[in-house]
Order: sequence, then structure tokens, then C-alpha cells
Amino acid sequence: MKNMQTTSEINKPKLNWFKYASPKTFYPLAGKLIPWCAISAAILIIYGLYIGLFVAPTDFQQGEGYRIIFVHVPAAWFSMFLYLLMAFYAGMGLVFNAKLSYMMATAIAPTGAMFTLVALVTGSLWGKPMWGAWWVWDARLTSELILLFLYIGYFSLQAAIDDKNRADKASAVLALVGAINVPIIYFSVKWWNTLHQGSSISLTKAPAMAAIMLQGMLIMAIGFWLYSMAVILMRVRCEILERDSKAAMFRQD
Amino acid sequence: MQQQLSTFSVLYRILARDIKVALRRQSDVTAVFFFFIIAASLFPLGSGADPKLLSAMAPSVLWVTALLSCMLSLSRMYASDYADGTLEQMMLSNQPTVLIVLMKILAHWVLSGLPLVFVAPLIGLQFNLGIDQLQILAVSLLMGTLALSLIGSIGAALTLGIRGTGVLIAILVLPLYIPVLVFGAGAVNAVAIGMSPNGALSLLGAVLAMALVFSPLASAAALRIALE
Repeated sequence: MKNMQTTSEINKPKLNWFKYASPKTFYPLAGKLIPWCAISAAILIIYGLYIGLFVAPTDFQQGEGYRIIFVHVPAAWFSMFLYLLMAFYAGMGLVFNAKLSYMMATAIAPTGAMFTLVALVTGSLWGKPMWGAWWVWDARLTSELILLFLYIGYFSLQAAIDDKNRADKASAVLALVGAINVPIIYFSVKWWNTLHQGSSISLTKAPAMAAIMLQGMLIMAIGFWLYSMAVILMRVRCEILERDSKAAMFRQD
Repeated sequence: MQQQLSTFSVLYRILARDIKVALRRQSDVTAVFFFFIIAASLFPLGSGADPKLLSAMAPSVLWVTALLSCMLSLSRMYASDYADGTLEQMMLSNQPTVLIVLMKILAHWVLSGLPLVFVAPLIGLQFNLGIDQLQILAVSLLMGTLALSLIGSIGAALTLGIRGTGVLIAILVLPLYIPVLVFGAGAVNAVAIGMSPNGALSLLGAVLAMALVFSPLASAAALRIALE
């Protein structure tokens, strides 16, 4: 009687939190999610750019030049957010020893580095009319540059280790160490900046940003988020196929 | 009959052994020391010998050079013990790996960081630094080089047994060194403009305290991964 009960309990469909933690079940799920993410990302980014370039009013201080903010600020947000997300997945990988977590961390890194580069390039393009120089050792610009170095370190370590298993774990440790260091680096650079430079023009202290500008930036941010998801899921699928020798099994999906 | 050693005496023996082994090959230790002197002496040749310019540059030059010389010797921290299997035996022992790692880091600091504390003020004299700046330079290097050895140990452990580790360690470790550089050189710079160096030194101490807690843990984890 007791045994009967337990078997029926097992057979009962239960919510399994770890169902999609295996590459085999995650692969088709990711495949279904990608088009939705990609299409909505395209729509949102186009709409966000429309608001940014045509709807938002001209800034009375910075003129039209400020409009790069709609790309620059969301890219800077995501460069940092994706690093923390990468470290989160790396930590999950170390704790649960889950292959998929390592793959996610590996897949997030290139997109994060791309956003870091976008933030740096748009920052320097914005700096030229604002500060009169392509590069200023502003605290935020400098810490963004160091973030790029941290991403480069992550890639380099992963590329240098031939054994995939070790590469996953070693780069996971590095990602966690980097994540602890990101706030320390940020505050040290900020402190260094105040010591060395007088107050330069602050870009975040824009007097009471217009609501439409904030709206445009948020739409762009959500668009970037969906874009990141689409690209990361695509990369995870490639990673699953590359690593799993029996991948041919579910290649038809 | 095997002698049972206390943790304390084991740790002391590891520290003493590491220093002894390194001193048997003195050229390795002195090379780092001379690298620091030579590299620092190149800067005036590149920038010209204007005393005002030199004293303005000195904190950053000396600190960056110290950073690089500490980094150069990192790949040796675990490499020879890894190659001959000693490291594996140490990790298999019943003593906590974290403390063993900490001792190896201390040995590295005594051999590569500590000598710089004594020679840097002499180089500072060549850069036209005042006595008060030289004192703060020595104090900041005393704390900072220990933090450099601690943070660098993570990079050394992660790259253990990998081809071409020298450049890789630099890429991994240099971005993590930035806070130490900022606060270390910042303390000396603060004296130069007549401010108190205590703020920068306290922050340097905070970085050191954090590194002291986290870096042996991360290094031990990295060593376990490398030895798997």
C-alpha cells in the first residue's frame, strides 16, 4: 500500500525546477525563445531610437549631441549587469557543478564585452563635443575601460586552457574574483579622479531629465536586454552542439 | 614513529622551506630586485631630468614598477612545487589548504615584495622626493606589496601548468592590481600636495584586509581546480 502510494506520487506530474538545467532539454527551449526575443528586441530598439532621435527634445546645454545617451547609457548598464550575471552563472556552476551554467557564463562574456566596447566608443564620441577630447580620464569612462580588461582576462584564461572542464572552473573563479573587484575598482577610480582632477562636467547631473528621455532610455535598455538574451541563447546552443558529441541526436529540433 | 606536528609548526616549516629553497637559487630573487632598479631608472632617460617633473612622476613610476616586478615573479609561486608533486602532497596533508596557501604567499612577499620596500626610497631620492614622501612611500609599499602578492597568488594558481603563463598572468592580474596602485601612489601624491596621506593609507589597509581574507580562499579553490 505504502509502495503504491509512493509510485503514484512519483508518477504525478510535478513542477521540476531542474528540468531545463540539462543541455538536452534546454536546447529546444532556447530554440523556441530565440525568435521571440530577437523580434521584440528589434521592435523595441527601433522604437527606442525613434524616441531618442526624433521625439525627445533637444538639450538646451548640449544641443543635439546628447542624443548618443540613448545608446551609451543602456550599453554601459548592460556591460556591468552582464558581468555580474556572468559571475552569477559561474558561481552557480561551481556550486552545483552544472555544465549548463558554465556554458551560460561562457556565452554571456562576448555580449558583455561588446556592450563595454560600445559604451567606450560612444563615450569617447560624446566626449569630443562635450569635453573637447576623445578621451578624458573620467571615473566612469576609466572604470568601463578596466571592465573591458576584466572581460579580456576572462577570454584569455578560457582560451589558454585546453581542458574544457578546467577552463570552465578556472574562468568561473576568475569571474567571481572580478565581480568582487568591480565595486572596489569603481570606488578607487572615483577617489583617484576626485584627487587628481577638479570637477569636470558631470554628465549624470543633468538637471531633472525629461520624462520622455528616461522613457527612451528604458525602452532601449529593455531592447538591449532582449537582444542579449537572443544572442546568448544562440551562443549556448552552439556551445551545447560543440561540446556534446551525441548532439546529432537532437539536431533536427 | 611518525611525529605529529601542530598546525602552527607545519605552517612555519612551509614558510621557512619556501624561503630556503628560493635562496638556494639566489639569481631568481635578485633578478626581480634589479629589474625594479633598472626599470625605474629608465623613466628619467625617457622624460628628461627636470627635477620638478621627476618628483611629480615618482610615485606613479615607482608604484607601477613595483607592480610589474611583483608580477614578474608570480609564475614561480607554485610552479616548481607543482612540477615535482610537492604541491599535491601539501594539499593532501591534514592541514587546511587555505593556510598553506597563505604561507606560500607570505614567502613570495618576503622574497619579492619586502626588498622593494627598502630599495624604493633610495630610488625615490634619485627622483627628487622629499623625506616625508619617502617615508610614506615605504609605508605604502610595505602594505601594498603584501596585497600584490595576495592578489597575484590567484592569478598564479589559475594559470598553473598552462603554456605561456607569463603574459597571461599579466592580463589576469594587472586589472585587479588597480586599487592597490591607486591608493598606494595616492598616499605619496597626497603628501606632495600637502594633504594627509592617512585616507589613502587607510583605504590601502582596507584593500589589504579584504585580500587577506578572500585571496587565500580563491587561490586554494584555483589550486584544487588545477590539480584535479
